[in-house]
Amino acid sequence: MSFIRDTLMIFRRQERLALRQPAWVIIGLTQPILYLVLFGPLLKGLPTASLGSGGNAYRFFVPGLLIQLGLFGSTFVGFAIISDWRAGVIERFRVTPVSRLAIMTGRVLRDVVTLVVQAAVLVLVGLAFGLRAPVAAVFIGFGFIVLIAVGLASVSYAVGLLVKSEDSFAPLINTVVVPLLLMSGIFLPLTLGPGWLQGIARVSPFRYVIDAMRQAYAGHYFNTIMVEGIAVAVGMAVVFLFLGSRVFLRENA
Amino acid sequence: MGIIEARGLARTFRSRKRSVEAVRGVDLTVEDGEIVGFLGPNGAGKTTTLRMLTTLLNPTAGTATVAGADLLRDPVGVRRKIGYVPQAIGQTMGGTDPNCLVIEELMDQTALYHLPPDQAARRAATLIDQLELNGLERRLVKTLSGGQRRRLEIALGLVHAPPLVFLDEPTTGLDPQSRSNLWEHIGKLRSELGTTVFLTTHYLEEADELCDRVFIIDHGVIAAEGTPDELKRRISGDVVILRVAGEEEQARKLLAHQPIVREVSSADGTLRLTVERGDAALPSLLRVLDAAGLTLESINLSRPTLDDVFLTLTGRSLREE
Repeated sequence: MSFIRDTLMIFRRQERLALRQPAWVIIGLTQPILYLVLFGPLLKGLPTASLGSGGNAYRFFVPGLLIQLGLFGSTFVGFAIISDWRAGVIERFRVTPVSRLAIMTGRVLRDVVTLVVQAAVLVLVGLAFGLRAPVAAVFIGFGFIVLIAVGLASVSYAVGLLVKSEDSFAPLINTVVVPLLLMSGIFLPLTLGPGWLQGIARVSPFRYVIDAMRQAYAGHYFNTIMVEGIAVAVGMAVVFLFLGSRVFLRENA
Repeated sequence: MGIIEARGLARTFRSRKRSVEAVRGVDLTVEDGEIVGFLGPNGAGKTTTLRMLTTLLNPTAGTATVAGADLLRDPVGVRRKIGYVPQAIGQTMGGTDPNCLVIEELMDQTALYHLPPDQAARRAATLIDQLELNGLERRLVKTLSGGQRRRLEIALGLVHAPPLVFLDEPTTGLDPQSRSNLWEHIGKLRSELGTTVFLTTHYLEEADELCDRVFIIDHGVIAAEGTPDELKRRISGDVVILRVAGEEEQARKLLAHQPIVREVSSADGTLRLTVERGDAALPSLLRVLDAAGLTLESINLSRPTLDDVFLTLTGRSLREE
């Protein structure tokens, strides 16, 4: 099918461009690794019951960092499409018979591959620090990351293409992502917080995903938290993928 | 039927407060194998028309067939048949990624047009030859000179050997030498490959040099069309500037009565006459002055430029921008 061929073609082009400047892939990883190294040890001092992860602080913390990596690694990808647009590359592609949707999906595929590689490195570093989790859980975690990244990267590209200005894009994304991140209980358990915070945290979709990931890391695969997490992750991926494609499929962009 | 047939093509932009009729109804026909120039001041609807014809923008009214495909019903069919080279300055650039190698851009472009791999490599090699990109294959785009990068961008528009190519401001921002070099390449597109070329330009000498026919767009409609020579003759006539020894007033009256003279004005001791055809008018003007015993100090015939045409039609000079 030509859509798949086109997606793979754009994927290869973007991958080639990314590998030409591998510094960005590494820079994207430094932040979560810094958190792991400099913040992770603090969690060991918390009462193990509050972490709800069978006493292993990293079983609580690494899923959080994976979500953080996934959030930042996908929501900021739209930055790059603004310079592509300015270079006239997007317009050049839109005048060829290539699938206009593939212009987005090829890029998203590249971002997902990059994220999975980064996530694998992060987990390996976590192991070195004392993370102990079932292998299946690690792969389930990657699955969640992929679902989150597919949707968010699509929307990020769409937003980039709509605002067409780096100066508006960065603050816009930060304004949305940082509160969502804080309300997801990535660094510390939300159960430590007051009731009102726990209440409003219910609106952050990542909260459900991260809870499900922590369940998996603790070795619990079949329960309602897991079902909720999967439903939210799949739902977000579908809705955001749809919204993103609408922008790329518009006749006028 | 022409390779481009547009009828009543129009585009209105609507924002919350007001709607702007960028293009109010463009009719144009371009024949197979023509090089056609599209001129207009900023905001005249030039870019909007081009974007509609290349499927980048949906028209709000009108119809068109481009390279045999219906613009509205079969935009992908249009895209398969046309080449498009975006303008290289302004809000967006000419379409190449600074961090790609020249050969990568060419090969990616063949993939965008779904050329089979064996054909793709051959096509890239041909274009490297045709557009003098030899030896630059492994160079990053950002290290190319302005002229080289522009030639690459034109090569990208040609990878699928389209019968029709749109060039948006092909030589804007280039030095005079690169410009005339590019004119040669554009001329060859038609003479050697039979490609129809539709170009927009700010440079009237470019339109003069390259184009068989010129469309002038203003306020969203076609204000005039014709060969560059026709347009010049029809709109402005030729200008004769002469200087007589003394007796300027007498000469002015005398010449104003000649039927071939459309208009006379005098300033600083020189007379400026507008005539239908300068080359035919000169001998008789000389005879008239001679018969009246007036001594001519100098005489000069100047043909109107497309810029004069443009000024007459739109009230704006194309060079002001």
